[in-house]
Amino acid sequence: MNAAPPLRRPRSSRANSSRERIMITPEGIALPLTLASRGTRLGALTLDLLFIGLLMIGTTMALIAIAGGTANLFGAVQDAGQNAGSLRHALEFLTVLWFAAMFLFRNAYFLFFELGPRGATPGKRITGIRIAARDGGRLTAEMVIARNLLRDIELFMPLVFLASASGGGDMAGASLAAIAWFLVFVLFPFFNRDRLRAGDVIAGSWVVEAPKRKLEAAMSLSSPARPAVAAPARVSAYRFGEAELAAYGEYELQTLERVLRENRAEAIRQVCEAICRKIGWTADVTDERAFLEAYYTQLRARLEAGMRMGKRKPDKFAGSS
Amino acid sequence: MIAQSAIEAAALRSDRFRLEREGDWKRLEHIVSRMEKGRMRRLSDDDVLALPVLYRTVASSLSVARETSLDAATLAYLESLVQRAWFLVYGPRVSLGAWLRRFLGGGLSASVRAIWPDLLIALAVMVAGTIVGWLLVASDVEWYHALFPGGPGEARVPGASRAVLFDTLFGNDGQDPMSAFAAYLFSNNAQVSILAFAFGFAFGIPTLLLLVQNTAVLGALLWLYHGQGLTLELAGWLSVHGTTELFAILLSGAAGLHIGRSMAFPGDRPVLLAAAEAGRRASQIMAGVIIMLVIAAILEGFARQLIDNTPGRFAVGGSMLVFWLVYFFALRPPVDGAASR
Repeated sequence: MNAAPPLRRPRSSRANSSRERIMITPEGIALPLTLASRGTRLGALTLDLLFIGLLMIGTTMALIAIAGGTANLFGAVQDAGQNAGSLRHALEFLTVLWFAAMFLFRNAYFLFFELGPRGATPGKRITGIRIAARDGGRLTAEMVIARNLLRDIELFMPLVFLASASGGGDMAGASLAAIAWFLVFVLFPFFNRDRLRAGDVIAGSWVVEAPKRKLEAAMSLSSPARPAVAAPARVSAYRFGEAELAAYGEYELQTLERVLRENRAEAIRQVCEAICRKIGWTADVTDERAFLEAYYTQLRARLEAGMRMGKRKPDKFAGSS
Repeated sequence: MIAQSAIEAAALRSDRFRLEREGDWKRLEHIVSRMEKGRMRRLSDDDVLALPVLYRTVASSLSVARETSLDAATLAYLESLVQRAWFLVYGPRVSLGAWLRRFLGGGLSASVRAIWPDLLIALAVMVAGTIVGWLLVASDVEWYHALFPGGPGEARVPGASRAVLFDTLFGNDGQDPMSAFAAYLFSNNAQVSILAFAFGFAFGIPTLLLLVQNTAVLGALLWLYHGQGLTLELAGWLSVHGTTELFAILLSGAAGLHIGRSMAFPGDRPVLLAAAEAGRRASQIMAGVIIMLVIAAILEGFARQLIDNTPGRFAVGGSMLVFWLVYFFALRPPVDGAASR
């Protein structure tokens, strides 16, 4: 951070650094956010459209079934003259219901779900993304409305246009226009840094990943799963000197943490050998995992003590502290 | 809770820090998980009240941990937990009902008043569109078919006799209310006005074209009925729902223009910020437009058939117009802090 520029950035964060954003909460805390990738968003949208399509088909079929049932009912009563009017009213009511349902599915589906506590439609929820306000403030109802009204020209209008154009005679021109229109909006997220679609621009929102992590046990603590008596003995078995601990920095510490958490025998053996080579450890290592745990705890203690004094060592290439 | 002995046994200071606060973190995680699953009712009042406090506690834990701890897993956990809680604490917390109340009780009319320059522009464009429609058809009758492509049974064509045109306006009171027709009109009009709004994104120019195109039809119709001396009757027939519907289209056009204008001329703000501010204001208006179109469709499908005389139709249309004008411009409830947000 404020130390000497590291020669090597942690690889994991470089891979998606173009998607990393820092958001400042109103409390002044910097929170790292990861923007959702375009592929994820496409997947979420596809899922949502699938759900909407299923809802529409289901509702239409249910209403048709009800209409058929009603017609049969009136037919069975056999009082044609009087009943024709009421039958027409009943069918008309169903038609109204159908129009209302289609309108709601098309316009209110996204609104309803994105206004909920998760800020995500079912498709977004499944793909692990959600919407958020770009300025770090409250996500308001107006934002959700704005970003979803724009969906109409981005997505539905060209599709409807395309469908009606392919039915008519003047096919080529109209279809081309619809496709060009569609592409402008589909490609919109590719031409801005924050991957905003047109609706996000208008609403002041963006789509981010919604990570969920469990609190994992600290590697420096004796976990309750392991026998508590063994821990102190193991820690005391390996003691490292100042020079041996000065070999590594924070990056290596966190790599070591990852290796310990993954707990793959092969990786642990290799890392153990590498550390022994680096620090010139010649004594016999009987329990490689215990050795690494001891080294991890002591290295962390040393680096954290440095942190408290305002001295950080980002990685092994940083100047010795 | 973690036993005191365990805290003391921890070798590292940052681990002691973590063990002392783990309880709060776990409690926040529990509350957040519950709320994310939409099980608000199963949470106790204590938990709901504790959410903002716990959020700040855990956020400060994160700040401290960043400066003192190198446990990557704990840091990642805290970051994700603070983020999840942040979404809830600063999420769209108002219920739909509360939002609607605030919206109808002042939020909508305040937004409408705030875009008055755009309203004037949209009004001017709509008047101009009507005149253009009239003039086009007056200069060349062929334009009528281009503007108003009627079906095979369409009676409203150039050359139709006065009696035929008169029949299209009156004498329908025996018919049943056309509820399905009203529903169709609504979803059609709503889609058009959403379009007028959304086109604001292209700096408002397509919005203007859409307004002109729609009002040109009105001009063409006016020309047709004027030729047979039925201008007043047509105006009455249109006014029943037209005052509400045209007002709604005016608002959606103005909302689109508002976005277009603030993107083209953002002033000293960044374009994205200006667009977002305008978009939020305009989307509020659009929610109002949808409500107005529902009312217009009901008037068109029902009231127009029930009232079969011109003065009555003018009375309904005129009073709707007065109602909207009073609602949007005359009533100014005190705007409190929550509504102005």
